[in-house]
Amino acid sequence: MTDDHDSVYDGLLGEDDSHWAFGTSFEDPLAGVDTTIPDGADPATLATYCLMLGDDALVYSHRLSQWASNAPDLEDDIALANTALDLLGQARLLLARAAAADPSAVPAMPEGSPVPAEDSLAFFRDEPAFRNLRFVEPENGDFAVTIARLLVFSTYRLALLERLASSSDPVLSAIAAKGVKEVAYHRTYAGRWFVTLAQGTPESRRRLEAALPLVWRHHDELFATHPVEADAAAQGVGVDPAGLAGEVGAVLDQVLATAGVERPEVPSAGPVAGGRGRDGRHTEHLSRLLAEMQSVARAHPRGQW
Amino acid sequence: MVTTTALADARSVAAQVTDPEMPMLTLEDLGVLRDVAEDDGRVVVTITPTYSGCPAMATMRDDLQHRLLDAGYDDVQVRVSLSPAWSSDWITDRGRRALAEHGISPPGAAPAGGPVVLDLLPTRRAVRCPRCGADGVRLVSEFGATACKAVYTCGACLETFDHVKEI
Repeated sequence: MTDDHDSVYDGLLGEDDSHWAFGTSFEDPLAGVDTTIPDGADPATLATYCLMLGDDALVYSHRLSQWASNAPDLEDDIALANTALDLLGQARLLLARAAAADPSAVPAMPEGSPVPAEDSLAFFRDEPAFRNLRFVEPENGDFAVTIARLLVFSTYRLALLERLASSSDPVLSAIAAKGVKEVAYHRTYAGRWFVTLAQGTPESRRRLEAALPLVWRHHDELFATHPVEADAAAQGVGVDPAGLAGEVGAVLDQVLATAGVERPEVPSAGPVAGGRGRDGRHTEHLSRLLAEMQSVARAHPRGQW
Repeated sequence: MVTTTALADARSVAAQVTDPEMPMLTLEDLGVLRDVAEDDGRVVVTITPTYSGCPAMATMRDDLQHRLLDAGYDDVQVRVSLSPAWSSDWITDRGRRALAEHGISPPGAAPAGGPVVLDLLPTRRAVRCPRCGADGVRLVSEFGATACKAVYTCGACLETFDHVKEI
């Protein structure tokens, strides 16, 4: 049997098609998948709904990836990087699904641009076009803040994806069913670390107790139904997040009880200029994150290697 | 037109392509290769990702295309199938033996479907050290060098080894 992988440099030196510098040669992660819009679904609603879930994953993936080489130890460095990678994979599929459902959602690129639709959505939309929750935007903070945020987010996303697996859109249903298996590992990781920090040293407990109210400020936004989410749910393609609050709360209470930590009572972060993350109204953290994430792609809109 | 014999040959060519991260496994043994069929005169190969973010998918696609081209199939399409989602249960017995022979602990049975129950206790798996066979092993991390692997250390021979996770 010949070995396809004699040298990692072969792929770079071969006479292969030139690649868009920020993606892989796998231009479309949905290549060969039937992306017909299901009966009763509105393409624009489906696309915006996919952007919402895709942007949550993309922004949080980028945030978590900032732990790479900075985590307390190698194992957690790898765990957080793997979590970020799973979310990036979900983001690619969801953004590609949005682009297939409604091509007009994709920013226009110069003639002959090699940028695939998912990268165009990731790197060439401005902040107000991002539909992610503000929950995923803040700086990582210390390890306790990161674990507290990951616990709440992965509990929410797991409950969401479990229901989304019954979406009438076969593409969303497949992305969700796959994601459930991945996010289950993220929740387990965060839940165990949460209990460990709470029952560890006085310092780890102090940090965890300080972290929880910071994270909880944006907790209510997870369950505030946006009109697009309501429409997507009514059309059978999406999930109304308000319906997740009970289940998510029960799981979080179980972790808090095991850890011996009280559920924080803090005022919720209010709207910004009358809107929330799902409306494209964000915290200042997002603009800095996007500047870092998008600057190279925007400087080289035809970048190829 | 692809004849039945030619299609069977194409299938055996595709079945020999190996995983870029775990080259001791063929894509067939990994359960990633779902189908090789004919569609309107072209060979259509269907693969499924192990994890959503698996960066090896592009390489797998390129490798399949290039090996089939070398074997004389000039019209080849590689399609991705997302459903049903890949399960570690799809790794064949031959694949499991190949993993163990190369020092990687093969996965146990994947969890049953249905709601994911919160479990805050350490993961329990019947894992043996693939090097010395001891069962006194310690989980180091649920996340390893690739998305599909956890890291263990053997208490007897002290070697660190990978375990393919159950999903």
